[in-house]
Amino acid sequence: MHELAITRNIVAIVGDAAQGRRVTRVTLEIGKLSGVMADAVAFCFDVVAAETPLAGARLDIRQIDGLARCRDCGEEFGAATLFAPCRCGSRSCERVAGEELNIKAIEVEEAA
Amino acid sequence: MCGHCGCSSAVHDETAHGHEHVHADGTRHSHSHDHHHDHGHHHHHEHSAVIALETRILAKNDALATKNRAWFAGREMLALNLVSSPGAGKTTLLERTIRDLGGELAIGVLEGDQATNLDRERIRRAGAPAVQLNTGTGCHLEADMVARGLEELRPDFGSVLLIENVGNLVCPAMFDLGERAKVALLSVTEGEDKPLKYPHMFRAASLLILNKIDLLPYVDFSVEHAFQHAREVNPAIEVLALSARSGEGLHCWYDWLRREAIAARAI
Repeated sequence: MHELAITRNIVAIVGDAAQGRRVTRVTLEIGKLSGVMADAVAFCFDVVAAETPLAGARLDIRQIDGLARCRDCGEEFGAATLFAPCRCGSRSCERVAGEELNIKAIEVEEAA
Repeated sequence: MCGHCGCSSAVHDETAHGHEHVHADGTRHSHSHDHHHDHGHHHHHEHSAVIALETRILAKNDALATKNRAWFAGREMLALNLVSSPGAGKTTLLERTIRDLGGELAIGVLEGDQATNLDRERIRRAGAPAVQLNTGTGCHLEADMVARGLEELRPDFGSVLLIENVGNLVCPAMFDLGERAKVALLSVTEGEDKPLKYPHMFRAASLLILNKIDLLPYVDFSVEHAFQHAREVNPAIEVLALSARSGEGLHCWYDWLRREAIAARAI
């Protein structure tokens, strides 16, 4: 259940960036091959965010599909797993997308 | 609620915003791509501001891991992160390694467990300095715990630091500790398909050690298949088979350790 630790990292980073302002929205990017379950982060978020500047913030998670490029034939293909081989049979593939674990943006309340 | 389409889920599938490619051969699949929402967000209130963070979620851990790595390099140390499921034989392998190589390499150990000092005591009895890192409910070590452990362990210049992570094939894969390499242990009692079931871990590892090969006559386990599965997940992974109990195959592990220790000094 590393999503709890992941969520704590998110709340700490966002809390620092907010510099005391209340956070109303957090937008994350989580790749489907990242090893982090978006649903589990969403599940942990409210609990971890409680009693922080993020309490009650809206959480948007963009999930990114896995995309790989074959080093042998150059083909790009949707990859549902970390080790999906290319249609040409090669297992030498680099992941182009799907391993993202990013905080894209946050929305904070400005003092009136 | 999702900010893009108004659906009720916090989790949003980016493919909805991606575009579909049709290749010349008729293969059809979707690609996601970066979205730069420079256009006005009508749902913004006048008193709110959007801050583009563009930060990696693990940035804090990664920064501390980089600091640990620089510290190791400055002291010409080899640091390894040992990972496996509970009971694969990490501590037994460490004990044996310390007893066999203690006169040749200065070895220090950081022992990660949720609770107890049992493993620290085992390592100390084997003859190496050890510090226990208890994670409480945590399921993995993080870079700051290693940094704290180093302050207590005070490893020697040019020494070898073996970090025994919490027994867990999932979470430790994600957290860089500053190690030179992750070493994954798999025991023959576990099943040869483990690398496929836990691909993140075996992909993150530089070396796979198959342990408990003295038990091979009693279990249905194909060494060849296990290595094949590991290479499917990670074509670059090095593999070796041994028994920390009987001693069979240990010389290959010791040669690997010696080679890495020399490489770490040459940086």
